Amino acid sequence: MMVAALHTTASWYLALGAVLFTIGTVGLLVRRNPLVMLMCVELMLNAVNLTFVALARHLNDVSGQTVVFFVLVVAAAEVVVGLGIIVAILRRKPGATADDIALMKG
Amino acid sequence: MDVVVFVVAAAIVLVGAVGVVLRGNPVHAALSLVMTLFGVAVLFVAEDAHFLAAVQVIVYAGAIVVLFLFVIMLLGVDRSEDLRVEPLKGQRPAAALAGLALLALVLVPILRGHKVITGVHSSSALLRDSSDDTNVVRLSRSLFSDYVFAFEVTSVLLVIAVIGAVLMARRPPKDTSS
Repeated sequence: MMVAALHTTASWYLALGAVLFTIGTVGLLVRRNPLVMLMCVELMLNAVNLTFVALARHLNDVSGQTVVFFVLVVAAAEVVVGLGIIVAILRRKPGATADDIALMKG
Repeated sequence: MDVVVFVVAAAIVLVGAVGVVLRGNPVHAALSLVMTLFGVAVLFVAEDAHFLAAVQVIVYAGAIVVLFLFVIMLLGVDRSEDLRVEPLKGQRPAAALAGLALLALVLVPILRGHKVITGVHSSSALLRDSSDDTNVVRLSRSLFSDYVFAFEVTSVLLVIAVIGAVLMARRPPKDTSS
């Protein structure tokens, strides 16, 4: 009965986005595998997308969804370039972690 | 009903996200990421973003995660990493503290000020009005009128990304081959 009377509001989605962003940030700080770090960046981007979509609905404006479309495109480009860099690094130093590639000079 | 959808999808999203961070094996982390992405797609549907939900599944779960898995298989880095060793002393407590601080910083304004979320309401690009245009129609109208320049620049970005990826992932040319 209580559940039926409840309705989701924008702040529920914003709170979920905040929690998801935090998990991504902590993962990026804690993990040392460069591939998993890139996945954590994807989590953070998804949290922001969720926030944009929630506010687009709240403000009744489709522009928020248009921005998410661009974020998706930029995220795809980012992953392609990031994975290219990781492939190049791991080919030189197999099994490298973020600690091993702290120097720009290889 | 929307509460049930939200709670189930949010649980899927959070379990997947925690899995990405805590799984030692990169393949398991990638599959947890798929779980999170599907949960986010469900939430997109619940928030009237039908086109974005489809794109989320096709581009993210279909392309990006497959790209991750390809790289994992290609480089053979799919062995488990021992997460109990802490390479940098005191880093994890510091990271947890930073995460909690960030969460508090973001959550407090959201929960305290949820009645005063402000923003400029668009007069032309509405998400819902009396006409029965679908979400795809509205999004494309916005994309190809107000944001058409950004859309064109995006194509340049994609070309640059492709050229950069090919250039970096290519094996260095051998001197003896010429």
